[in-house]
Amino acid sequence: MPPAPPVLEARGITKRFPGVLANDNISLTLRKGQVLGLLGENGAGKSTLMNLIYGLYKPDEGEILVNGEPVEITGSKDAIELGIGMVHQHFQLVDVLTVTENVMLGNESTSGPFLRRDQARRRIVELSQEYGLNVDPDALISDLPVGVQQRVEIIKALYRDADILILDEPTAVLTPQETRGLFKIMGALLERGVSIIFISHKLKEILEICDAVVVLRRGAVAGHADPKDSTERSLASLMVGRDVILDVEKAAATPGDEILNVVNLHVLDDRGLPAVEGVSFGLHRGEILGVAGVQGNGQTELVEALAGLRAVADGRFFIKGDDMTGASPRTITEKGVGHVPEDRQQDGLVASFTVMHNLVLSTYYRDAFSKSIVVNDRAIAENARELVRQYDVRPPTINNLAGELSGGNQQKVIVAREFSRDTDLLIASQPTRGLDVGSIEFIHKQIIRMRDEGDGVLLVSSELDEVLSLADRVAVMFEGQIMDILPIELADKDTVGLLMAGIREQPQAEGTA
Amino acid sequence: MSAKAKAPRRIGFRITRLRIIALFLMMLGVFIMAEAGGMDGETITTLKLDSRTTGAASGVGDIAVPTAAYLLIVGALFILSGAFNLVEARATRWRRLSVVLISLCGILFIPTVIIAAAAGDETNLTTIIAESLRLATPLAIGAFAGIWCERAGVVNIAIEGMMLFAACFGFTALFFLRNTALPLETAQLLAVTIGVLAGGLIALLHGWLSITFRTDQIVSGTVINILAVGVTSFVRREYLLSTEAGAAKLANISIPILSDIPVLGDAIFTNQPIFFMMFVMLAFTHVVMFYTRWGLRTRAVGEHPHAADTLGINVNRTRWINVFVSGMIAGLAGAWFSLEATGSFNDGMTRGAGFIALAAMIFGKWTPLGAFGAALLFGFSESLGVRLQMVGVDFPVQFLQMVPYVVTLVVLAGFIGRASPPKAVGQPYVKE
Repeated sequence: MPPAPPVLEARGITKRFPGVLANDNISLTLRKGQVLGLLGENGAGKSTLMNLIYGLYKPDEGEILVNGEPVEITGSKDAIELGIGMVHQHFQLVDVLTVTENVMLGNESTSGPFLRRDQARRRIVELSQEYGLNVDPDALISDLPVGVQQRVEIIKALYRDADILILDEPTAVLTPQETRGLFKIMGALLERGVSIIFISHKLKEILEICDAVVVLRRGAVAGHADPKDSTERSLASLMVGRDVILDVEKAAATPGDEILNVVNLHVLDDRGLPAVEGVSFGLHRGEILGVAGVQGNGQTELVEALAGLRAVADGRFFIKGDDMTGASPRTITEKGVGHVPEDRQQDGLVASFTVMHNLVLSTYYRDAFSKSIVVNDRAIAENARELVRQYDVRPPTINNLAGELSGGNQQKVIVAREFSRDTDLLIASQPTRGLDVGSIEFIHKQIIRMRDEGDGVLLVSSELDEVLSLADRVAVMFEGQIMDILPIELADKDTVGLLMAGIREQPQAEGTA
Repeated sequence: MSAKAKAPRRIGFRITRLRIIALFLMMLGVFIMAEAGGMDGETITTLKLDSRTTGAASGVGDIAVPTAAYLLIVGALFILSGAFNLVEARATRWRRLSVVLISLCGILFIPTVIIAAAAGDETNLTTIIAESLRLATPLAIGAFAGIWCERAGVVNIAIEGMMLFAACFGFTALFFLRNTALPLETAQLLAVTIGVLAGGLIALLHGWLSITFRTDQIVSGTVINILAVGVTSFVRREYLLSTEAGAAKLANISIPILSDIPVLGDAIFTNQPIFFMMFVMLAFTHVVMFYTRWGLRTRAVGEHPHAADTLGINVNRTRWINVFVSGMIAGLAGAWFSLEATGSFNDGMTRGAGFIALAAMIFGKWTPLGAFGAALLFGFSESLGVRLQMVGVDFPVQFLQMVPYVVTLVVLAGFIGRASPPKAVGQPYVKE
């Protein structure tokens, strides 16, 4: 059988941003009815390339061909007309509008100036049935779970008769079961002749669903691969440029005394709605308790409450047996708690401070670094030089502004600051989000080192693989509650996945802690 | 669980929003009953429904209210519903009843203030209704101007300045046109048009600063407000002061048939043109925002401009047009002051109405109907103040004038909750 005809080709695409070569002479070919995987680390240039194809940026060099014809795409409008649809990593949906309004936006059916919602609605119901998307056209976007919002995005593309669909990191926000569902929908799309570009940094998924793979590294094509004769390891080394250890090596945990005890904790979110609803658990020295769950199920609020950054509405928590409910962040820090916050740029660093000052944000007031009201910059620099070396921060100069570092190195600065203090309890929230494989490896090793040195570690992550490979016990959060706490031996992907979706299997009750 | 884990301490009585309202209602109830207590049992207050223009009886009978008894009953009702809500019943049926009680208090509040103020006297309801609506006109229209702008994601605190410009230039136009051969109506129509255009032009300055140059929208608006004060008082001193400045106000229009309805016909359907435009703008804004393509795009641009952009909508163009329309509507509100209400122009004559209009927009949660309702309440407050001064009550007038505002605040804070503006309001859109 001859290969299917190409529907979309990029030839020699180059895009420069001030000081950065985001895309360097990239070429790729998408064939009809196929899935092309686009693999690369964060910052490898995947999203830039897709935004170029979708017309949100203009390429500096190179050309794009659709169905063999060279085209000029100067805006998303052109891309839409050429039959290109894109599901962005951050959904482009207007929360306060209904599904129908979101889908018809920009492409409204009208009579005179007036909207014909009924026409759009009918078409959405048709599409929804044809592809098994199961979306209520009258629901408000803000009421829908992310999995459904993603399907609304797909409907938006289909509504505009897209036959080339770009999915940018579509599985990042989904539970394993939802991912299954998405793959099924993709199957239905392929059957009807839609071609898909699937962007991901999850190797398993790429291998499973793609017909061809292009790997990007530092803005350039690092190689092409055929999923049939690739392995996770071969793709990973292509993506990173060297061999990577994918599995985390660790010894069995040796839990000691209880260090953190949370009792029936209730916390409200920014809007004043309950986010954590009656969470109780204990954490011991020398163990890692992983908190799994789809983002937005109360993990953020739980961590902020434990760090003293958010008021507790009800319930208490104890650190080393002392009631710390309502204590200030400083008191909690002094109690021996290290906190790696979820949003490193917002809460972890002061971007406009130097690395050296960022490294003492939680200790600057101590005698080692300040005398009465004067800080001792010499001691601070000394401390920084040592930490930068130990934690392999690059570039290793201490006078760079934190905001100028790459994400991975920013995170290393935070980890260096929090892990180097004399801690007994570590709270790490999404410690490796958006980092490259190398930094992830490094940070994972550090977390295990802290555990082995006798710290209790609370690891909150929406990357299920991360939780499963690091944790000794796994707590699953859903809608503000802990569904279950499983010892790692009982926590397989399917069990945890179901819990993440709020489905509790009754018979397996003995796994609770 | 460890030995430390004790059942958490439950707070027995929580201070909730509803409870604060409940306490407030009870206080009001006590206040109302106290008012009744100091009153002769025979006191009768008469509510009249006479024509406001001619004073002729409308044919609808007067309503005589035994004041002390009425106030006692209403006061008791307030206390009852306050107490009811303080308990915060859990059962749905009781909850529903408490909502009904609170709503009843809300409905009865305004008549009660009128009756208490006029105790023992007679008061003409028609006048109060008509005055409230009349004074609400610039507030409501100004609020619609705000909605056009903010729904597209551009803060408009310059409504005040736009109004002032429009009031000034509209009147200046009339001032010069009235001595020409043009008939008065034509001159007035032209003057209003010029006022509207002046508002639009100033809005273009706002757009230029805040959309093109991405100046902070609050700063841009403040600049316009300050500019308006300076420019208009200069124009007045330079061109309008020399002569006894005063021109004919816009004339009343009677809507055929409707104006023959008793009471309402007189209070509403015989009125000046910009007053009627308030209703036109209400319908126009509501229909455009919620039933047309333009409205859908506007709302999308104000909530999530990047999403709109990915669908091929030109965000900044949408904003430009909305800001311009907003300016013209604000111009209409400004023309009300100089051309409809007074027939003259004075320095700073809009006296903060633009800001009250903004408050009405926010109280109305950025919806035209809500904003209209809020504007009516503010209009009532103002007319009540005037009324009370005329009646001459022995209570500091300022406090009585305050009451409707305080009630509005409490009720809105309690029932409608935090108003959430369009998400992208105030943020310039930068295409990456």
